[in-house]
Amino acid sequence: MLWVDKYRPKNLDKIMVHEEVAQNLKKLVTEQDCPHLLFYGPPGSGKKTLIMAVLRQMFGPSAEKVKLENKTWKIDAGSRTLDLELTTLSSTHHVELNPSDAGFQDRYIVQEIIKEMAKNRPIDTKGKKGFKVLVLNEVDKLSREAQHSLRRTMEKYSASCRLILCCNGSSKVTEAVRSRCLNLRINAPTNEQIIRVLEFIGKKESLQLPPGFTARIAAQSNRSLRRAILSFETCRVQQYPFTSDQVIPPMDWEQYISEIASDIMQEQSPKRLFLVRGKLYELLINCIPPVIILKRLLSELLKKLDAELKHEVCHWAAYYEHRMRLGQKAIFHIEAFVAKFMSIYKGFLIATFG
Amino acid sequence: MAPVLQSSQPWVEKYRPKQVKDVAHQDEVVRVLTNTLETANCPHMLFYGPPGTGKTTTALAIAHQLFGPELYKSRVLELNASDDRGINVVRTKIKDFAAVAVASGPRQGGYPCPPFKIIILDEADSMTEDAQNALRRTMETYSKVTRFFFICNYISRIIEPLASRCAKFRFKSLSEDVMSSRILHICSEEGLNLDSEALSTLSSISQGDLRRAITYLQGAARLFGSSISAKDLISVSGVIPQDVVQALFAACRSGDFELANKEVNNIIAEGYPVSQMLSQLFELVVGADDISDEQNARICKRLAEADKCLVDGADEYLQLMGVASNTMRALCNMPEEFSYE
Repeated sequence: MLWVDKYRPKNLDKIMVHEEVAQNLKKLVTEQDCPHLLFYGPPGSGKKTLIMAVLRQMFGPSAEKVKLENKTWKIDAGSRTLDLELTTLSSTHHVELNPSDAGFQDRYIVQEIIKEMAKNRPIDTKGKKGFKVLVLNEVDKLSREAQHSLRRTMEKYSASCRLILCCNGSSKVTEAVRSRCLNLRINAPTNEQIIRVLEFIGKKESLQLPPGFTARIAAQSNRSLRRAILSFETCRVQQYPFTSDQVIPPMDWEQYISEIASDIMQEQSPKRLFLVRGKLYELLINCIPPVIILKRLLSELLKKLDAELKHEVCHWAAYYEHRMRLGQKAIFHIEAFVAKFMSIYKGFLIATFG
Repeated sequence: MAPVLQSSQPWVEKYRPKQVKDVAHQDEVVRVLTNTLETANCPHMLFYGPPGTGKTTTALAIAHQLFGPELYKSRVLELNASDDRGINVVRTKIKDFAAVAVASGPRQGGYPCPPFKIIILDEADSMTEDAQNALRRTMETYSKVTRFFFICNYISRIIEPLASRCAKFRFKSLSEDVMSSRILHICSEEGLNLDSEALSTLSSISQGDLRRAITYLQGAARLFGSSISAKDLISVSGVIPQDVVQALFAACRSGDFELANKEVNNIIAEGYPVSQMLSQLFELVVGADDISDEQNARICKRLAEADKCLVDGADEYLQLMGVASNTMRALCNMPEEFSYE
């Protein structure tokens, strides 16, 4: 088992990073008075861990016995019936799904599953009617219609069904949905917190940690705890006992992008653009999301530039990323950015050095 | 719907006014509607205004007061955006319901029970134009037995032919004292302790939206117990603390790109919503005294663009970075575009 999973805190008391949030959540759950929740925060900050811990707190260990199901829904949409297939992860108390996988038909899924859950409410031992929990991931990717249809549904069925929503940026969740939930901002752990967690793991695994080693991992992790733990484990596999000057291997795709950046800086010509295109394709084929490529490329380029050019490059990166979102083929827009950068940089070089 | 446990019911529902006369701050509307209750006759109506001002509440209250609990089911059809409302529904469901004739029965249990039915179309601005068009004739044909209530945020999204068939009522956004008195009422009912600072914070962060204010209040009460401070309310509402915004602005003012980059990275890592950041930055920029009109215009233009891009789903980091870099260029009087001179 990977350390990331092995040391994932199982209940709210063991959580090491967002203790305050965890305690508040615990109070909330024990009062039997849980509103809809919306967790938002950057990746690797512990949203999912918190959600799992909350579920466990609500329902006890049985919430962890989950099964993977491939469900098909028959949905009556006016004149025709739709068949929708979606993978869900469910226990007796909760259902978890990625509604955005259903594409533009996500609204049907959301309505249908909530209504279905409302119909068969579980009854607990005391004969009281309980509620089920629906965990929706990536709500920021839900279409506008689906979010609209959530509004009233959330209120109507609030007795039988609680929603836990999880997303990265709450900008893309409509105000209407946000105002119906208790919003919980989960910030990325600070470097000190990451160090503390890494040292905790090190102690449990009884590893010898040279001073400053965990700090270096934390500094490279970009404040993502998951990434820090993963690279910690990689280091362990690569070389143990640790030496204090051991290189912490960067992600290979990051390495690759910094290579691309230096290619671009070396020469600005159509020929070089062609070469870069090949490398970009390589990254895309390996399923690196285009936004990440663009962001990383920007930060690599920013490292090597003069201040006045930085503004311009930033502006264009934002511009092309927006176009990429509207368009369909990511490669066009990344390449357009590269070409634009080359032209700006070349112009700058000619103006400065003649 | 199954009976809801008192504790788990949202306060928004719990304290929803049951009668038209209890609706706060909308005197004009209330006057017209009380008149309606006496004469038991009303035109088609269109309620519009910002969220949380009592539109749905008013519509539901009047329907309840006209028909009473017994007839309500058979006389009122309530449709909102969570129900399917394409053109097919308009053609079948709404038309069928509208066509049913009703008898002008005797008054039952003190309710007027006028001889017509009510169709409430909530969030009507999210209906497609086709669906709205299909309603036009239906409204006229069955006007003897059916009244339509449209509820929407933006009247411009309702097609003109529909709007002209209705009596329009604008719901004003709530003033601070009306809001405070309502919140204090809830606090005393729920046994909450709210000092005056927290109260004014709550009124300002909810911006005239009473529903939002009540939701924040309930969230804070659940998380932090019965005495609530201004800080608790801010943390529940997702408003960004002012010093974070100030820090970004100061970084832009300093003209140091690396510093701004660090601030932006920090904001993203802390998980603050960027759209919220943009609007708070906007307030700060507009409120600042030492910025010239031209600088102001440059900053605001980019803010508007970034907001649109975010709605389109663009990346938060890149947009905020673009805004920060542009703000810096404006504040430090750098040229708008890079030139090679």
